[in-house]
Amino acid sequence: MSFMSSEQSRRDAFKLAGLAGLSLLVASPALATPEEVASAIGKAYGDRKFASGKIKMDVPEIAENGLVVPINVEVESPMTDADYVKAVHVYAEGNPLPNVISYKFTPACGKASASARMRLAQTQDVVCVAEMSDGSLYKAKATIKVTIGGCGG
Amino acid sequence: MISKREFLQATAAASAMLLGSGLGPLGKVAAQQRLTQADILRFDPLGALTILYVADTHAQLMPLHFREPSVNLGVGEARGLPPHITDDEFRKHFQIAAGSADAFALTSDDFTALARNYGRMGGMDRVAALIGAVRAERGDNNVLLLDGGDTWQGSWTSLKTGAQDMVDVMSQLKVDAMVGHWEFTYGADRVMEIAKNAPFAFLAQNIRDNEWQEPVFEGRKMFERGGAKIAVIGQALPRTAVANPRWMFPKWEFGIREEDLQKQVEEARADGASVVVLLSHNGFDVDRKLASRVKGIDVILTAHTHDAMPGLIRVGETVLVATGSHAKFVSRLDIDVKAGKVAGVRFKLMPVFSDAIAPNAAMAALIAKVRAPFAAELARPIGKTESLLYRRGNFNGPFDDLICDAMLAERDAEIALSPGFRWGGTLLPGDTISWEHVTNATAITYPNCYRIQMTGRQLKEVLEDVADNIFHPDPYFQGGGDMVRLGGMGYSIDVSGPMGSRISGMTHLKSGKPIDAARTYTVAGWASVNENTQGPPIWDVIAAYVARTGSVSIAPNSAVRVTGA
Amino acid sequence: MSTKPIGKVRLQSQAKAGEIIEVKTLIAHEMESGQRKDASGQVIPRKIINRFTAAFNGKPVFEAEWYPSVSSNPYQSFFFKAVESGEFAFTWKDDDGSEYVTKSKLTVA
Repeated sequence: MSFMSSEQSRRDAFKLAGLAGLSLLVASPALATPEEVASAIGKAYGDRKFASGKIKMDVPEIAENGLVVPINVEVESPMTDADYVKAVHVYAEGNPLPNVISYKFTPACGKASASARMRLAQTQDVVCVAEMSDGSLYKAKATIKVTIGGCGG
Repeated sequence: MISKREFLQATAAASAMLLGSGLGPLGKVAAQQRLTQADILRFDPLGALTILYVADTHAQLMPLHFREPSVNLGVGEARGLPPHITDDEFRKHFQIAAGSADAFALTSDDFTALARNYGRMGGMDRVAALIGAVRAERGDNNVLLLDGGDTWQGSWTSLKTGAQDMVDVMSQLKVDAMVGHWEFTYGADRVMEIAKNAPFAFLAQNIRDNEWQEPVFEGRKMFERGGAKIAVIGQALPRTAVANPRWMFPKWEFGIREEDLQKQVEEARADGASVVVLLSHNGFDVDRKLASRVKGIDVILTAHTHDAMPGLIRVGETVLVATGSHAKFVSRLDIDVKAGKVAGVRFKLMPVFSDAIAPNAAMAALIAKVRAPFAAELARPIGKTESLLYRRGNFNGPFDDLICDAMLAERDAEIALSPGFRWGGTLLPGDTISWEHVTNATAITYPNCYRIQMTGRQLKEVLEDVADNIFHPDPYFQGGGDMVRLGGMGYSIDVSGPMGSRISGMTHLKSGKPIDAARTYTVAGWASVNENTQGPPIWDVIAAYVARTGSVSIAPNSAVRVTGA
Repeated sequence: MSTKPIGKVRLQSQAKAGEIIEVKTLIAHEMESGQRKDASGQVIPRKIINRFTAAFNGKPVFEAEWYPSVSSNPYQSFFFKAVESGEFAFTWKDDDGSEYVTKSKLTVA
């Protein structure tokens, strides 16, 4: 008998052992795979290249509640008419639908930083892509663990 | 993170100047001699400022035995570094003689024999006596007394009084500031009520309301002692909402919040702080990593992981203090402040040997008063133990085995799950098990002992998840606590394996058969973080079992096989 | 939803010229993802707020497109560089076509 895990089993185990508090987030058995996220990003950007740096993601290492995971994204930029961050897109690789949020910034923001709260179905990497006014693209990712918790002491 | 080279330097430094053991290396003859209060207090003072520090007392007002862990594994970069060394290795590192008073206080082997020789440790009246003596020596205006949290929970009296007993004791001790973790399991309203009214500050820079992301508590407080300004920043257990029932504080969000902490440090310096102290319930490995990333902290007073170390650990310009638990130790840190900066520190971990210290009479009276309504109940004998009963360690201890045996028998279960709590006293062979002993290991606000059906697959998921919370190589991804304790089931664990593949060889002990992923097992457990968990409180389950058994004997547990350490 | 949700906003009412201020917003909404099933196994239809916009004196400043992975009772914060006095208009656009609007004044000294 194999111990290959399914996401359903995992959630049920959490609820039962009550070490858990994770309630049912999604009924869909199909979770987005890294390939699907890549294709979601691919669809938007084709084969354009991403640079690294400039993006600072502030997310918890461990989600306290998979249904409400805070995420702040801040992109380094002078935010002038000549040089600003046009957009930031957030993708969750392990969610049934990988798109989370797309922001459009303007120089009037003064600072390209925004906070929101997202649902995460499981432990995964969250990816952010920033589009600058000169057309260049930046990408960053952060791992967020969705755990059953309990036993802390 | 600290490199191997830095570690060696730190070790050398510890040997050369940072070693602040209570009694220092002692020969066997000296070790057998009677300890005195003067020995414990002896200290060559430095500068004008003294910080006194206690943490993780877990509401223990009375002297007790508490055996330090024999298994305390470090993973990732913490592997093999203090505090992840035990017994012989620990004594070698800190230059402690086997069989000495310090060996008894700080290591685990030969515990029963040494306990009979050196007696109990702790007792808040003894702690008060040491604090009073240091204040008398240094002057009240030069001493700052800080509490690292996990102070309000862990006893029947704290549970029954909603922590009022501990708040009264802390007030009388004149604690200046504290931080929290188990405190939050009294619920948001009670914590706020105490925080608002207590004479000490309740600090936590890393808690936000989850509606508007605004701070719930004061993040830091400035004190003036020894002619210097000292900023104390509070850091609550970042994983409280994962480790404990979130529904008890549903509007609070925790986290490490390094950047906010860095801002706090910078603001404190801008406000003129000569000394910046982080009063932290992060746990040692998280604090060690944090010290390498957040700049400008002079001292981190660590807690949560219950480590007691008779020397400071240095990371860059920051020193880390680990003061132990259950009121076994009081840390003294003298700081020499020159030109608005820390010019030197001197440290001693003072062991609270109960028989060597004359209790502070006023505190003894207060303790007697808060315990009086419960005294008869606490003293009620339930049974006896033939075995040494302790809990602390990464895997099952005999007290956990007793709890699991009780759940298997009283709840008619095939498998029992018991949380890896680090707190709870130790009983010696021959000791009577009283109501106080049972509740010292179980007194929590969510005690219900549930009984459910779980498949083998689900059991594996739970073990894997908890294992990752303890053995993730990056401490920022660890959740706190020791490994969940198992009754009725054995398993192997590769602590250095990746998430999801550390656990193997799960065996149903009674039948000797492998756990079947598809089969359903009846499982009993307690301390569920789910709201409205059904079942009798765990202390009643244990008391019923112990009363029926009469004399408890726990066989050595070989059901957990550990590799990769 | 029987009653129309009202967007709540927190920001300072006064700012110095050139000051960058944080704007925090919150609205009560279930953000039904369209991914859940009810007890009878029927998919619960998607109903989310799919767009949040902020304009100042009629000029768009910031916009967020929200997908079903955004949590219920969505929170959104962003920054704004205060240059002149005026009024913010915050608009939340629901899947059902409804728009919820909240306005806030800012005085720049």
